[in-house]
Amino acid sequence: MSKWDVSDINQWKSDQFPRGAVIPTGGNSDEYVTGGWRSERPYRDDDKCTQCLLCWVFCPDTSAMVKDQKVYDFDLEHCKGCGICAHECPADAIEMVPEGCELPGVK
Amino acid sequence: MPTQKVVATTGNTMVAEAMRQCAPDVVPAYPITPQTTIVEEFAKFVAQGRVHTEYVTVESEHSAMSACVGASAAGARVMTATSSQGLALMWEELHIAAGLRLPIVMANANRALAAPINIHCDHSDIMGARDTGWIIYFAETAQEAYDNTIMALRVAEHPEVMLPAMSTLDGFITTHSIDRAELMDDESVKAFVGDYKPENALLDVENPTTHGSFSGLGGPYFEFKKSQRNAIDRSMAVIKDVGAEWTKLSGRPFDVIEGWGMEDAEYIIVAIGSTAGNARHVAREMRAEGVKAGVLKVRVFRPFPFAEIADAIKDAKAVAVLDRSESFGAEGGPLFLEVRSALYDHDKRPALVNYIYGLGGADVKLELMRRVFSDLVDIADGVIEPGRLVYLGAR
Amino acid sequence: MQQLTEIRWHARAGQGAVTAAKVVAETALSADQYMQAMPEYGPERMGAPIKAFTRISNEPIEIHNNIEFPDVVIVLDESLLDVIDVTEGLKPNGTLIINTCSPAADVKKALGLPDTARCACVDASGIALDTIKRDIPNTPIVGALMGVTGVIDVEVFKELLGKNLGKKFGQEMIDANFAAVDRAYKEVTVA
Repeated sequence: MSKWDVSDINQWKSDQFPRGAVIPTGGNSDEYVTGGWRSERPYRDDDKCTQCLLCWVFCPDTSAMVKDQKVYDFDLEHCKGCGICAHECPADAIEMVPEGCELPGVK
Repeated sequence: MPTQKVVATTGNTMVAEAMRQCAPDVVPAYPITPQTTIVEEFAKFVAQGRVHTEYVTVESEHSAMSACVGASAAGARVMTATSSQGLALMWEELHIAAGLRLPIVMANANRALAAPINIHCDHSDIMGARDTGWIIYFAETAQEAYDNTIMALRVAEHPEVMLPAMSTLDGFITTHSIDRAELMDDESVKAFVGDYKPENALLDVENPTTHGSFSGLGGPYFEFKKSQRNAIDRSMAVIKDVGAEWTKLSGRPFDVIEGWGMEDAEYIIVAIGSTAGNARHVAREMRAEGVKAGVLKVRVFRPFPFAEIADAIKDAKAVAVLDRSESFGAEGGPLFLEVRSALYDHDKRPALVNYIYGLGGADVKLELMRRVFSDLVDIADGVIEPGRLVYLGAR
Repeated sequence: MQQLTEIRWHARAGQGAVTAAKVVAETALSADQYMQAMPEYGPERMGAPIKAFTRISNEPIEIHNNIEFPDVVIVLDESLLDVIDVTEGLKPNGTLIINTCSPAADVKKALGLPDTARCACVDASGIALDTIKRDIPNTPIVGALMGVTGVIDVEVFKELLGKNLGKKFGQEMIDANFAAVDRAYKEVTVA
């Protein structure tokens, strides 16, 4: 998505930076990976899930991934493991598991 | 060829007229004495269809500057006005406007800051904003307030600058006093300020950008501030060039510092705003009495014309710097500190003394100016010690 | 040589002093003069004592302070005499113009004005009530000012007054104001 090449940003001189710290693209927060902040990750049990989409509604990081009006996965590049989805799920279909836990379906 | 109309009107009306002629796209407005009639008069112009501006009535000055920032980032030409507590309330947004490099132009009616509450003139509000990164003009008269506002817009929008700018005038003394001034014709002002061509406008949906980014630990915040410093340093030349252009158009002189009797002055008052006129009036009388008095008025305070001021006063015997605001805890007022610093590297330096005066609108009587000149003569003659800080006229 | 005239006005809020100071300034401008006209601001309410200041000069005016030693003092409401020392700072050869029915000589004596000063009295309120049917003495008092000092021109003043009033009022009111000005111009007495 981004056309902004920041590979050598650490070498840039002050006047090489865009004026006013304006980033010359839109929506590039997607490139900022926050998955590494996590100490727990969400695990969704597909059998219990009723596809109410409340996890998608509540997720503050838009990390509940939805296609054809069905949630199918979590965006682990950006999910920060806050646990709101698990807390709000009315079907108790989401469990927060420690990072690194070996579970079926979890990468 | 421009035509100019001689009018009898207040400083605030002249600023409102300048704004109208600059045709801002957006004016977020909030009232506060003694600037209110600026935004009021401008609102009338909008209502009369004499200017096509999105006039946004906001709920506070903090909101006014926030709206200015948003509108300017969107790509609009933006202007507003404030004073005193209002300027203080928008403090965080002032830094943001400058950091985002947005060419917003704001008029400030210079008024004392509470506490105690006071609606009259001093420079405490504007001096509190001297580190915000805004370009700052001071006016002595309604005419200068008009001229400065128009020039400020050209300077702010200049591609080498792209910084917000303030055009300030003394509360009540200049804002509310009817004075004689010349109003330039609309077409000439329009041609002078030109159109605003924003880069990175948020409303340019073909080229999306992100404004208001975060630059945290290890990030280039430091580098951004360095480029901001470079920009305000570059602005001095632009201010002078734009000034020269305006002088050619209007016939009225402009310089970042304006002197009277400075060619051979031995005793100099350095002052800002309407007080410079009072000092000049007394300097004329002193000259007639054989005293080589001079007055140096600082018309642009940011960027600070340190080299120009040092050069102008270095050969005098004694110099009084008049501050209409305090920098509590410092050696003296803001202008004094900067003038003193400007002279530091010069081998030959005059005796320099600071007078704090006129706070809260305390009347700047001519006899006080006379006392200052008389003190300077005594200091130069070794009759009295140059006591660093004097509260002129306070009990 | 600068010929500077400094005028201080004393009135109560609502008597039209600020408007009068403004039209006087515009009249001076028409004569290619320089002027300043400033009200003194404080907590405002109808009837509160207010001051206004006017400077008129043939040269640019570079001073911006309050007028300490006026050449002319104008008092629109004689009840202010009990509240304020209206003569404060008046130059020894200055002129005091006051809206009153009392004879000029009596007023001069009561205020302790020096012989060198002039005390001009006009029943501005009475003239106003007769002509414009309201006790707003500002236009007659300016008529008296012009009659006694000649600092601005009567005909030019009336023309500008007509323009200013014309924004809000009809011709009848304008003519009534002109009559007020003319009467005060003639009826003012000086001691």
